[in-house]
Amino acid sequence: MFVARSIAADHKDLIHDVSFDFHGRRMATCSSDQSVKVWDKSESGEWHCTASWKTHSGSVWRVTWAHPEFGQVLASCSFDRTAAVWEEIVGESNDKLRGQSHWVKRTTLVDSRTSVTDVKFAPKHMGLMLATCSADGIVRIYEAPDVMNLSQWSLQHEISCKLSCSCISWNPSSSRAHAPMIAVGSDDSSPNAMAKVQIFEYNENTRKYAKAETLLTVTDPVHDIAFAPNLGRSFHILAIATKDVRIFTLKPVRKELTSSGGPTKFEIHIVAQFDNHNSQVWRVSWNITGTVLASSGDDGCVRLWKANYMDNWKCTGILKGNGSPVNGSSQQGNSNPSVGSNIPSLQNSLNGSSAGRKHS
Amino acid sequence: MEEFDGEPTVTWIPGLNSQKKQMCFDWGPGEMLVCETSFNKKGKSEMVAGCPFIHIIRKDIDVYSKILRKLFNESHGIFVGLQRIEEELTGKSRKAQLVRVSKNYRSVIRACMEEMHQFAVADKDSASGRQFSSQVSILSAMELIWNLCEILFIEVAPAGPLLLYLLDWVRLHVCEVDTLSADVLGSENPSKHESFWNLPGNTQTLTELELRWQHWHEECERHLQDGTFASDPRLESLCKVLLGDDAALLEQKELLSNWYHFLVARLLYSQPTVKPMDLHLYAQSSLDLFLGGESSPEPLDNILMAAFEFDIHQVIKECSIALSNWWFVAHLTDLLDHCKLLQSHNLYFGSNMREFLLLEYASGLFAHHSLWQLGVDYCDHCPELGRVSLELHIERIPLTTEQKALKVLRVCEQRQMTEQVRSICKILAMKAVRNNRLGSALSWSIRAKDAAFATLVSDRFLRDYCERGCFSDLDLIDNLGPAMMLSDRLTFLGKYREFHRLYGEKRFVDAASLLLSLMTSQIAPRSFWMTLLTDALPLLEQKQVIFSAEQTYELLRCLEDLTSGRPLCAEPDAQQLQEDDIETTKVEMLRLALARNLARSIIKEGSLEGS
Repeated sequence: MFVARSIAADHKDLIHDVSFDFHGRRMATCSSDQSVKVWDKSESGEWHCTASWKTHSGSVWRVTWAHPEFGQVLASCSFDRTAAVWEEIVGESNDKLRGQSHWVKRTTLVDSRTSVTDVKFAPKHMGLMLATCSADGIVRIYEAPDVMNLSQWSLQHEISCKLSCSCISWNPSSSRAHAPMIAVGSDDSSPNAMAKVQIFEYNENTRKYAKAETLLTVTDPVHDIAFAPNLGRSFHILAIATKDVRIFTLKPVRKELTSSGGPTKFEIHIVAQFDNHNSQVWRVSWNITGTVLASSGDDGCVRLWKANYMDNWKCTGILKGNGSPVNGSSQQGNSNPSVGSNIPSLQNSLNGSSAGRKHS
Repeated sequence: MEEFDGEPTVTWIPGLNSQKKQMCFDWGPGEMLVCETSFNKKGKSEMVAGCPFIHIIRKDIDVYSKILRKLFNESHGIFVGLQRIEEELTGKSRKAQLVRVSKNYRSVIRACMEEMHQFAVADKDSASGRQFSSQVSILSAMELIWNLCEILFIEVAPAGPLLLYLLDWVRLHVCEVDTLSADVLGSENPSKHESFWNLPGNTQTLTELELRWQHWHEECERHLQDGTFASDPRLESLCKVLLGDDAALLEQKELLSNWYHFLVARLLYSQPTVKPMDLHLYAQSSLDLFLGGESSPEPLDNILMAAFEFDIHQVIKECSIALSNWWFVAHLTDLLDHCKLLQSHNLYFGSNMREFLLLEYASGLFAHHSLWQLGVDYCDHCPELGRVSLELHIERIPLTTEQKALKVLRVCEQRQMTEQVRSICKILAMKAVRNNRLGSALSWSIRAKDAAFATLVSDRFLRDYCERGCFSDLDLIDNLGPAMMLSDRLTFLGKYREFHRLYGEKRFVDAASLLLSLMTSQIAPRSFWMTLLTDALPLLEQKQVIFSAEQTYELLRCLEDLTSGRPLCAEPDAQQLQEDDIETTKVEMLRLALARNLARSIIKEGSLEGS
């Protein structure tokens, strides 16, 4: 891997989240400076900030894009106890010339009594829907029934998790065989708090979300959680960021064996556990095919985990910084990537005259 | 088998100190975003000294290299060709065909090497020149490895000719061998050498060859023992070389640039009829002798050794570690799979590994704005996971131009990927609606077969018409054809426009019938009925009678239907009252016009001239 470009972020305070849009041509950043910035990639590959605006009255923890089927829509959540939905308005032509775009707030979700720690849009086949979770221990699911009118959102579900929540993840699987599923992580540090990872499933009959599983083996505070995209598997894969990186598989137990009408029961296995970060792991996230997991920890590194075709997981890459400065202007591209050997000795092996080979 | 045994590769992020800060990140379709943050300081706002940077990280894929693009394009052609001729490959010609494919791949690598070499030479003193140089070396290594694999695995050279192939291989890749052969040829017994160099075609059997060589070898030995060359140490040394004396050969180390050259030389002089299965014995000892314990084997050495040991899986594994681009292992593995070599190890692993590597390679291609089209073909030829992989990747391709969008859609439509077609068209339709390009939005909705969205866009059109009194995108609406049936609202839009056309062409009777049918068939939304009835007014006030009596009755019924259904406002405000006033006036005008028309039509139909 190589750094293709470095862009000066221009936020006045700590950045808490960065988010690519669906196609990777736009990105959003959010910060303790209470603002969100949107960046667009030009034809030449350069990134420009096309919008920057104050979104909340407290630190903004997360920012996320809706699926482009719903237009250009963002959601943000904040320490100020609210989450908000933003839509891009196609502006006047002179705005376009200046390379600026406008975002308007479509709704503020004010139901939480505490800091809202995560906000995630549901998979697109569920319509325009999002979930938030808060330090008050409640996961709230909102829906906009009319995608052309984003100012109308209704609170559809309130799921009480009983513990302060830090993260949520929707199961992206769009297979009709799986009911909608959401995983919730808690960073509650009290010793009595057992259910740090809970999985809720939507029941068609009761029209409610019911708890399907608790991962009892996870007893330390959970900072992030992520379902993997499904490449046609019959089972689910869930990654957890806690004091280490953990990857679980959840195989649905056949319905006939469980009492009908209840949530699906799962066979839970842990397939990987890595403590290479040597510290708390704060973020986990899957690439778009669900083949690589990235994790970020207190050790200041991002690690990449991959399974070979025999399903053995290993760390295949590390991103870290040694404090060396960023050179030159605010954007620099690396335009001459190498053919693909990260081990220079492959090249040296060819030239008999390399060091260590020459014998006089 | 695990191909990630190597240490994880480290990528250094500038401007970040891992001791002090952490990183937040996000994945994109082809890139990753990484940004400095601090996870422990939630709730406390800390003014940051200096400016944080957002870094775009890419996998070390070479899709961005212009020169390598040719490699990708041409090898893609070879790959697809190989998949297609698979069924036709039988018997003896099969092996020849597969060897030809292998040689094609190698010539593509060489062509790329040469082009890159030009750049390296032209740019000798700069950093990019040096980089080109190193890339040339890597490509050269790839060709070296592939060539060896071709000889051992695909050509499956039997004992005897094996050495010939290996000699060619060494000659091709190591220039210094010419010096050595010149030495040999310049020695005292050229005739003996010539007879040896002119190796037989089909005229001699292996045993005959072996016998002749044995005889010659004994003669050499005798010369040495007799001290024939004692006067000239160089000749004596040369004789020892010819006898395959390892020590003598090693003395010529400068001429032998590497251990595999040494190996082939040893074999040439001591085991010219070496059998493939014995190769590994000489390979390992050659490596050990050559390195002499002073250095350890490097990645390339391990790869070649694995090949000499006929351990295909090990070759692929080592290559996967040493080369961070999947191009090489993907294509080589696929070819070896066609040679049925992977299956002989283990069917399950074989087929999965091939797909695994091909899809790894393909996913790198999808990140590129035009090479993604190659990626499609690779997915197509992975029967197990190719389709679902394609589905995930193709949705993410940025639809930067209409042309590109159409290309992507064609790919999906050809493969009956209906959900992806729907999704992509929906994205484009939504973008068009938000930019108020209703015609574009409508055509994308139709292509998506999205009735609901087509209804929505049609409503917009109608609303636009009401506000501006004219239609936009007439061309599109006029030529809807059978697509009109997608949604009722769309059908209405199309028919309503047809009404206007008929009116414009002064085909009043047809226009009138159409107008009426729009209401009676319930295709027109109720909200639009008033507009339609108002449209009827000019037809009612023509000199000639257009609406028949029957039709006029229908119109009256519609009007009554409409007015009786109107809810009464509890407390109408000023504006509501004004609107009501306008409505009442309209209704009265209509009633009058309809009554008049009724009268005229009854008279007309009752008269002798007919209706």
